[in-house]
Amino acid sequence: MSSRDSSVGTGWFGPFGGRFVPETLIEPLRALEAAYADARRDAAFQKELARELASYVGRPTPLTYAERLSQETGLRVWLKREDLTHTGAHKINNTVGQVLLARRMGKKRVIAETGAGQHGVATAAAAARHGLPCAVYMGVEDMARQAPNVGRMRFLGASVVPVESGSRTLKDATSQALRAWSADSRDTFYVLGSALGPHPYPTMVRDFQSVIGREARAQFLREEGRLPDEVVACVGGGSNSIGIFTAFLKDPGVRLTGVEAGGLGVRTGRHAARFAGGRPGVLHGTRTYLLQDAHGQVLPTHSVSAGLDYPAVGPEHAQLRRLGRARYASATDEEALAAARALGRLEGILPALESAHALAYVLRERRRLGRGARLIVNLSGRGDKDLATLLR
Amino acid sequence: MKKTLAQVLSERRALGRAGFVPFLVAGDPSPKATLAAARELARAGADILEIGVPFSDPVADGPVIQAAGGRSLSRGMSISRALDLVGDIVRAEGLPAIVFTYLNPVLSLGKDEFARRCARAGAAGALVVDLPAEDAAPLSRALGRRGVELVLLASPTTTDARLRLIGRLSGSIVYYVSREGVTGARADLAPGLARRLERVRRLAGKPLIVGFGVADGAQARALAPHSDGVVVGSALVAAAAKAGASRAPRAVGALARRLVRALEVAC
Repeated sequence: MSSRDSSVGTGWFGPFGGRFVPETLIEPLRALEAAYADARRDAAFQKELARELASYVGRPTPLTYAERLSQETGLRVWLKREDLTHTGAHKINNTVGQVLLARRMGKKRVIAETGAGQHGVATAAAAARHGLPCAVYMGVEDMARQAPNVGRMRFLGASVVPVESGSRTLKDATSQALRAWSADSRDTFYVLGSALGPHPYPTMVRDFQSVIGREARAQFLREEGRLPDEVVACVGGGSNSIGIFTAFLKDPGVRLTGVEAGGLGVRTGRHAARFAGGRPGVLHGTRTYLLQDAHGQVLPTHSVSAGLDYPAVGPEHAQLRRLGRARYASATDEEALAAARALGRLEGILPALESAHALAYVLRERRRLGRGARLIVNLSGRGDKDLATLLR
Repeated sequence: MKKTLAQVLSERRALGRAGFVPFLVAGDPSPKATLAAARELARAGADILEIGVPFSDPVADGPVIQAAGGRSLSRGMSISRALDLVGDIVRAEGLPAIVFTYLNPVLSLGKDEFARRCARAGAAGALVVDLPAEDAAPLSRALGRRGVELVLLASPTTTDARLRLIGRLSGSIVYYVSREGVTGARADLAPGLARRLERVRRLAGKPLIVGFGVADGAQARALAPHSDGVVVGSALVAAAAKAGASRAPRAVGALARRLVRALEVAC
């Protein structure tokens, strides 16, 4: 990488990360890196971002004590309520930041990939607010299983581009968005949705999402007068989890746990548990843990939640795991569905199936976590989009 | 001593035309079909064969080559088998070959093993489309030790400073991506291409092969005076797919002969 001294880091997290893209995208990524480094230092940009987060996104989001869930589990469980943001998931924290940056760079349109549709909706919303045309690439399988979000994107003025290639899910939507960007990088800004992809995306997305952890840490200290024992978040690409973990990285007493999609069970091969079933490789511009066959072909994934159904994990998570600073577990489809139903019954909250994986881990491991353990679970999104699956 | 790719192209230029560099996907739809197509291309006058290793997530490729890769992978093609097939083609046709691949299969094989297998196949060069110049040195050394050139890409978005870097790190030639976007035949050449090619050649300091978007004889003819070799991929792959398995070699051969004639006329 050419940018080791840049204020946005090198793009490397130990042996993970990098910028492995075709030559056509190298310059656009360097321009993005420079523009982001400049914006990050600019007080006016930060002020505008803070104002948007407060007045449009609805931040700070509450930290809710889950009274009945706590009684049932013998724990003290707090929920970071990203489901209460505008558009209903943490994704909007990042899209507001990137769309402000797109406008600052003078771009004429934005594109995005989406899996569950939450990032697509959040991009469509931010683009509409800033008057930028928006196209969202989405696999046709995801369009079918997350139909409400397709409608929401269209309502917000975005065009949804069906992706028919490969597995027809997030992976292929991401490939198609990269192709579209390489065809028109001069006028187009690519709003990437997770802490993934080539440098500077993993760093930039982490920065935009780290507001989750900053708020949660301060809120928890205020409520409990101490730090939590453990912070739990689901990990697809890993943006909600890196967003809440970052504020706690220097608190060695706080365990950080990421929960991947165990699908039908890691042993069945039908899952998206990259740490359990993958090994390091390169996909979509970054070196990280990747589900792949013996010949380096990327394997199909399975999860009931479209947002976790992706074969690679954000490179910073790979490094946190390598350093032992975060641990990674998985929860199956069944466990996630049961956890979502439990949260509805006990707390009157309908969580996204993605976020339900983090809850499922807590329900399953409650004995091991120890009676009275204090936890924050990142409730990364709301589950309206998943209602049909949950009622089935 | 094996000729460098630059020598192959300059000898062709001395004989009065730009080099013809057709591209095939290994194993599309079968290894036998690839061998048959390579034979037709050699007969038609190909100077260098570019042979693609199929990958599950080809972000630099348009729909035609994506589909070709899918056909190949669904019948069990892998980087290891593709390199065996390159070896068969090089032995059968005696033409220099460039292995075109994405990075992940190379990492999976291991870069030293990849280099060893390229050399064993008799490949003249290797091109890893998502490996940027800054990160290419270890692979370049591994290949170089075994007499295989690393071929680096330059594109319309590449800055002057990077063109110099790419020129320095690439083997004997540079592959110029003639327009932004992915592979795939287009109806026209990118505007201002001729002037850009002169600048790229000057800054990179090496002969250029030019590809991404060359569809027909007219385009090849327009490019020929400004490049040392013209790469044609999607148009050939599409012609083969459209003709169907039994007629594919003939269709590929016919298109290749038209392209070669266009390159001759232009010089």
